[in-house]
Amino acid sequence: MTESISSLTRFLDELSAIESQAVPEIGAARTADDLEALRVRYVGRKSGRLSALSGMVAGMSAADRPAAGQAFNGTHKRLQEQLAAAAARVLSTGAAATPAIDLTMPGRAVWRGARHPVTIVIDEIADIFREIGFTIALGPEAESEWYNFTALNFPPEHPALDMHDTLYLEGGGLLRTHTSPVQIRTLQRYTPPIRVLVPGNVYRRDVFDASHAPMFAQIEGLAVDEGVSFVDLKATLSHFARRFFGAATTRFRPSFFPFTEPSAEMDVECQICHGTGCATCKMLGWVEILGCGMVHPSVLESAGLDAERYTGWAFGMGPGRIAQQRYDIPLLRELYDGDVRVLGALGQ
Amino acid sequence: MNASVEWLSAFVDSGLSPRELRDLITARAATVDAIEPVRADLAALVVGRVIEAARHPDSDHLWVTRVDAGGPEPLDVVCGAPNVTAGVLYPFAPAGTTMPNGITIERRKIRGQVSNGMLCSARELGLGEDHEGILALTTTAAPGTPLLEAVAIGDTRLVIDVLPNRPDLLSHQGVAREIAAATGKPLRVPVIPGGDPAPAMSAPPAPVRADRKGTTDGVRVTVDDSTDCPAYLGVVIRGLRVGASPPWLVSRLAAVGMRSISNVVDVTNYMLHGYGQPMHAFDLARLGPDAAIHVRRARPGERLTTLDGVERVLDASILVIADAEHAQGIAGVIGGQGSEVSAETTDIFLEIAAFDPRRVRTARRALGVSTDASFRFERLVPATSPAETCATVAGLMTAVAGGRVAAAPALVGPALRPPEQRVRLRPQRVARVLGVPVPPTECATLLASVGFEAAVRDGALDVASPPWRTDIAAEIDLVEEVARLRGYGSFPTELRPYRIGTVPDDPLVARTARLRELLVGMGFIEVRPMPFVSDPSPDGTSIRVTNPLAGNESYLRSDLLSSVARRAEFNLARMEGDLRLFEIGTVFRRQPDTPGRPAEEVRVGILCMGARRPPHFTDPSPPAWDEWDAKALGEVVARIAYPGASVVMEPGEVPRALWRVRADGADVGWVGVLALDAPPWASTAYGAEILMETTDVADVAPPGRHAPAIERDGPSRAPVPRYRRPPAFPAVRADVTLLVPETVSAGAVEAVLRGANEPMLERIDLLSQFYGDNVPERHRSLTWRLTFRHPERTLREKEVEARRDKLLRALETHLGVRQRTA
Repeated sequence: MTESISSLTRFLDELSAIESQAVPEIGAARTADDLEALRVRYVGRKSGRLSALSGMVAGMSAADRPAAGQAFNGTHKRLQEQLAAAAARVLSTGAAATPAIDLTMPGRAVWRGARHPVTIVIDEIADIFREIGFTIALGPEAESEWYNFTALNFPPEHPALDMHDTLYLEGGGLLRTHTSPVQIRTLQRYTPPIRVLVPGNVYRRDVFDASHAPMFAQIEGLAVDEGVSFVDLKATLSHFARRFFGAATTRFRPSFFPFTEPSAEMDVECQICHGTGCATCKMLGWVEILGCGMVHPSVLESAGLDAERYTGWAFGMGPGRIAQQRYDIPLLRELYDGDVRVLGALGQ
Repeated sequence: MNASVEWLSAFVDSGLSPRELRDLITARAATVDAIEPVRADLAALVVGRVIEAARHPDSDHLWVTRVDAGGPEPLDVVCGAPNVTAGVLYPFAPAGTTMPNGITIERRKIRGQVSNGMLCSARELGLGEDHEGILALTTTAAPGTPLLEAVAIGDTRLVIDVLPNRPDLLSHQGVAREIAAATGKPLRVPVIPGGDPAPAMSAPPAPVRADRKGTTDGVRVTVDDSTDCPAYLGVVIRGLRVGASPPWLVSRLAAVGMRSISNVVDVTNYMLHGYGQPMHAFDLARLGPDAAIHVRRARPGERLTTLDGVERVLDASILVIADAEHAQGIAGVIGGQGSEVSAETTDIFLEIAAFDPRRVRTARRALGVSTDASFRFERLVPATSPAETCATVAGLMTAVAGGRVAAAPALVGPALRPPEQRVRLRPQRVARVLGVPVPPTECATLLASVGFEAAVRDGALDVASPPWRTDIAAEIDLVEEVARLRGYGSFPTELRPYRIGTVPDDPLVARTARLRELLVGMGFIEVRPMPFVSDPSPDGTSIRVTNPLAGNESYLRSDLLSSVARRAEFNLARMEGDLRLFEIGTVFRRQPDTPGRPAEEVRVGILCMGARRPPHFTDPSPPAWDEWDAKALGEVVARIAYPGASVVMEPGEVPRALWRVRADGADVGWVGVLALDAPPWASTAYGAEILMETTDVADVAPPGRHAPAIERDGPSRAPVPRYRRPPAFPAVRADVTLLVPETVSAGAVEAVLRGANEPMLERIDLLSQFYGDNVPERHRSLTWRLTFRHPERTLREKEVEARRDKLLRALETHLGVRQRTA
């Protein structure tokens, strides 16, 4: 009993001794460094005098421990408050010792990267189509004549081939002129329902000019199932146009692609003049966005599918051209030069 | 295809404005790209009002006028016309205007009086021969209004983008057919001004058909192969006069953008643009005394100088029109100089033919000459067309150039049966493809409006195509016709339910997306360069492009970093030296085992050079990227490219290919220093190129076959890490500084540490490398921080020391490496 009393008493004496010594020292501190030294000396976790004292509590009787703990916590809290108050005082009056921070100075920056504008457009298109059940398919860029043309219903020696001036490869094969060979690959490998989006690079034997490049990106879509119709085509692509271009009116007009029939071009009302005609839309009031159509039965047959049972629709568009229009890039070439001053600013 | 609005009106009186015609044709047949005034040469002229007109003080025939041309002040204009009257509107050419005759009007003094432009006569505007005075305008347009807007002057041209499936739209008659169908107005035969009001009276005798050989007016016509030339019609017209065309004909051709050449040639061009039937007139006298026409393949090496003055060497793939001896023209493409119609010509042999499109295409490509004729023949001129246009051209030619058709024309070719190829159109098929039912009667009406014959039989339509619709071969072609004639706009745009697809995402997609995100987050800029290079790779696996347009596009690249490096050089040339570039793209390689198509790989390439961070006032010149950045980048990229794989950076060669990257043991790329064509101020460029995926280039299945995959398209998820409870007890660190001989690598030291069977050793971090004082020759001092942790309790100081000493002993035993003392 006496042992216990003396142990608790000694502990409390020790506590008040520490506190009465620390308080004036903290009050006298003039710099942040002084304060830090005091903090370590009295309340430091490892070797502070209070921490050293806390070991005594463990050796006390269960009856004494609550009182000791309470007293300890009280002292600890008061010293922390004294330190905090002193720190605020030192910061506000100690300008002479530590110069004030100029908060208008710049933060420490990091380099900012950028996706390519064509990638940004492809990603946005893909996001919209993913919401309505499309997945992404890819395929080779060098293809056979069969996948690129024959299977897609291009008759041999037909003027339709003139729309696809082709780069051929030594040893056989050609550089695909569109992403449509992936239609055939997908239709051969999977059984409908099929809803895929195909982004990729395609090639044409074109010289670089304001709107042509020998390689450019294309994104293609294909939906095949029983009962898929022209109404689905119009509805889905109009939905896409509204999501991508904002509240835009669309127009479908007859066109021709060997691998679709009926074929169409989809125009979106010019976002600059809203249909009245301006330089951007060449006075037409409409901007051509994509080619599309119902999958030609012979394309389904090329892939061994029953063209009476299945129908489908497909579309293709050029993200590079969309990027060129969106970002107002005068020359297509600038998308491919890799000028970091251009790409860095566009990709933010 | 250029179409004249006036010419179209001659075929069908639609009453539509050029804009309405544009919208109608675009919506139903083919896109109209532009509306152009044919008299664009008058675009600078405006309407001018003469405010006052006074006699010129120094001339008895000139007037000094003040003209309101819409500007803020009236202009002084000197005028020589006797009829100039104050208050009247005239065409006014302001100073600076270039007139149709090529003369530019300038501000100048005429006998001392300043003139700021010209009031114009009809002749000066190319609107007629009247030069008696200036042209008084009857318009309510305000002064200053462009003349072309104020007054209907000249024709309007529609530029129509006719696609390869619709050759029938390559003539005014064809376009007019669509307009007539849409408006319900009748299609007419245009009246030829000055022609016989009753063309039937002047019609030539009906052609006489023969299978291979025919004769007309003494000219023998022989066709070797009716596949090459399914119809060849020859008309001899004698006694005509070659001269200028009448104005109406000149302006018709001008409206479609053609210059007038002579009445005879103009008539053939009129037939081409009016009816889509190319024709050619030979000077009969120049076809040799024993006049003959022979449609045959060219002899190898046969020569012909064509109308454009080029001597061409022919081969047997080319079809020619020859006389008894020599080729006189390339069938369907261009005529020969030797038999060209000239001013002396009095008798012509007029060719009206149909040729095999493939033959014309072959010749056009081989000779590199494309004409309005070849364009149409390649897209198919029906074999019925020559006989149909014969009477029209004969009437027109004799009306315009005189002469007469003395004998029945010869038509050589197989007898043409009416196209009895009927296509069946099922209403349920129409509904299935188009998504809404279209009643058979409506289908029939729509099809009939553009010349089809459609009869309902057994609940479906039996459809016969008109001869000009050579594109109609199958039911789906008719479905398109129905959709187009009904109007694409008439179909609803309601989103309907769909079934989820069976195709999983290509596994590459997620990986490239993550990689892009990572690299962009680290400050890298994505590039998409052209994948061509000018030279093959040294290993001989490059793929050559057989028909490149540019010399620097001769080969496909076999690595990515050379493309990225060129982009870095592009930027360096623009004084941009802080570069962080990446590309995810394809490379191509010859594959020895499967010829016929290159092997393809999708790779990621990254390049960094210059400052590692933007400068800051605390760090004005940040350090440049170095090999250790590159090594870490390569490693991080490889871990994303190979999720779950063990990635090892295997030392390569100093100074360039510093590391090979291995993923689960496979060599997947490298990291190192790039050789750039860089200015001296540029810092070292580092790069990494990592294979993402080898593209499957094999055919999925043989043509016409379906081959659903089974196992290869299973879940594409990468192995996922397992949860581990975070440690509950503190770690203890111990730093060791070792004296390492130059023969021992840091990697070897770490391997020994890891291999020492010390389960409490949690981390090994290399903290410093030091050479110099107190370090013996051929040695370096390396400091590692070892982190120990016990999963179930706090480690005591003594225990940690014991474990550290055990590791040091292992190092000494295996590598002879000791702790550095003092």
